[in-house]
Amino acid sequence: MRTVFKTSYDADINLFRHGAQAAWYLALLALALVLPVLLDVFLLGEVTNMLIWAIAGMGLMVLVGQSGQASLGHAAFLAIGCYANVLLQERLGLPFIVSFPLAGLIAGFAGVLLAIPTARLHGIYLAIATLAIAILTDDIIVLAEPLTGGVTGLMTPTISMFGLEIDRYVTPDRFYWLVLLVVVLTVLVYRNLLRAPLGRAFAAVRDSEVSAQAMGVNVARTKATAFGISTAITGLAGALMGHFAGVFNNETFSIIISIQLLLMIVIGGLGSIHGAFFGAIVVALLPQAIALSRDFIGGLLGTGSMAIPGLESAVFGVILILFILFEPTGIYGRWVKIRTYFELFPFYRRDMFRRQKSYLKTERLR
Amino acid sequence: MDVLQLVVSGLANGCVYGLIALGFVLIYKATEAVNFAQGDFMMLGAFITVGLTNQAWLGLPFWLSVPIAIFIMGVFGYLLDLIVLRRMFGQSQIAVVILTIALGFVLRFIAGAIWGHETVSLESPIAGKDLRFGGVVLGLDEVSVIVVTVLLTVMLYLYFNRTKLGIAMQAASQNQLAAYYMGIPVKRVHSLIWALAGAVAAIAGVLFASKGAIDPSAGLLGIKAFAAAVIGGFGSLPGALLGGIIVGLIEPFASRYIAAGYSQIMPYLLLFLILVFRPHGILAQVHRKKV
Repeated sequence: MRTVFKTSYDADINLFRHGAQAAWYLALLALALVLPVLLDVFLLGEVTNMLIWAIAGMGLMVLVGQSGQASLGHAAFLAIGCYANVLLQERLGLPFIVSFPLAGLIAGFAGVLLAIPTARLHGIYLAIATLAIAILTDDIIVLAEPLTGGVTGLMTPTISMFGLEIDRYVTPDRFYWLVLLVVVLTVLVYRNLLRAPLGRAFAAVRDSEVSAQAMGVNVARTKATAFGISTAITGLAGALMGHFAGVFNNETFSIIISIQLLLMIVIGGLGSIHGAFFGAIVVALLPQAIALSRDFIGGLLGTGSMAIPGLESAVFGVILILFILFEPTGIYGRWVKIRTYFELFPFYRRDMFRRQKSYLKTERLR
Repeated sequence: MDVLQLVVSGLANGCVYGLIALGFVLIYKATEAVNFAQGDFMMLGAFITVGLTNQAWLGLPFWLSVPIAIFIMGVFGYLLDLIVLRRMFGQSQIAVVILTIALGFVLRFIAGAIWGHETVSLESPIAGKDLRFGGVVLGLDEVSVIVVTVLLTVMLYLYFNRTKLGIAMQAASQNQLAAYYMGIPVKRVHSLIWALAGAVAAIAGVLFASKGAIDPSAGLLGIKAFAAAVIGGFGSLPGALLGGIIVGLIEPFASRYIAAGYSQIMPYLLLFLILVFRPHGILAQVHRKKV
């Protein structure tokens, strides 16, 4: 185990805990940069998809993992980001480099607008309110057909930036690098947010609203800020998702996507950046893994491969149930436990990460 | 007369929502957990009845297969709590929400794998018959849905307020630890309430399947029923029925008097407004937040 000697006050909030950690993450970044050379076009597309999901996951993670507000409606903000980005480009003729950040801003603004009336809601009630917003957005997209194209949907234009044409199919490597750039920026923003007073305020609100208020945190404003940052990041992911898909309509951002997004960060591990990435890996690679294993089993039984509708979400559901029952801290939590086991060997004990149980008391009087 | 028929069909739809909402409220009332798979429970109950009744499968008489289906769903609910949800004891509400959402995915897949993905309708004696009151023609299925729902709500309401077990269930939710000290077997009470919710879901499924057709994704109706439960006041049994009826009535009237596309939106718009202005529903049970 590496012991870090803290010789300055900054050591507590440094971006990396020690030099070796920084070296590992830089190596990972270098690997990510040369990935288009190593992988073929199909796999590169899958990795790009995974990264876009990871951005969306980080967006939701700010809200659920850091400030403790569950949202079942983030597909709405994916949709807002995506439609805003394309409409700004097509109707107003703005270039991508302007429309993309603007799409994030618009989604963030929509999030703040939603947070103001729902500031009083907690836990399940907030989840319901956001669920209603997701369903409403889906229907409004269909009703606002002159603008959004209704059920036929819209096509995303090719991005041109600094004289470069970026298209998912024509130049997949450039699109991958664009997504990677957004990922790195988002991670930096997220990481710095946690080091700043605002991130600490999020954690205080998550752990106990009453004590946060007692410590001088403005709970309503903090919650609204969390919503704004979260939905802005999600909006950016939505814009990229639109460019990745090429064609999109209201179905692209159905309520199932919001649910999947929430389930994804739970599998990955709530409250950590790693969790968003692990969850995205599961979500993006699961369909391929299922297709492969289906071919394999079909080959063994001699029946050939056959399609089973709904199998994907069922497998996803089973994985999730197993995680919630046996590893509620997600993949990242399991990884931390394994790492601690080896770092402390032979002093690791099973109850080191035991979670405190709480007995329920209702707020209802009848 | 036109309006009256709209009202009756809206009421009948609303009662089905109300029945699913009752399932939500039952579980919430006794365990403080929210079962997002309640709609899928209803779908499963309907499919079990279809499997027992329809000629293509077992072909049992309707009045025999309905109690069997209710019993099967009751046992299913009990075992689900015993095997899965008991492990969640003492964890956060949101964890249970996520677990039941995942469970809904799995149930939808299982139903699709057994009964196929086409819509099926239940061969029930109450489907497709008419009742005439003077000049008004009402469907027997719609009338029986309304009657059964109202009866069931009254029975459950009395059960919760008058019987020993019902009061034990409320106590278990109001303060788990204190309920333990008073000698209430909290864990078994939880399993029993899941069994009860399963049975109610089976009844809702039978009524829904004889009113129209059913397919594995019918469980998504649960979201609308959920809206109904919140509008009525989460945790209140009459509130669930009231919310269901409001949602059921608002849909046909919105599509008739505003425009067709708006009938989808109105329930959720109402839900959102209720949450903003009266967060605990029309028949609220929370009066002030305790620290």
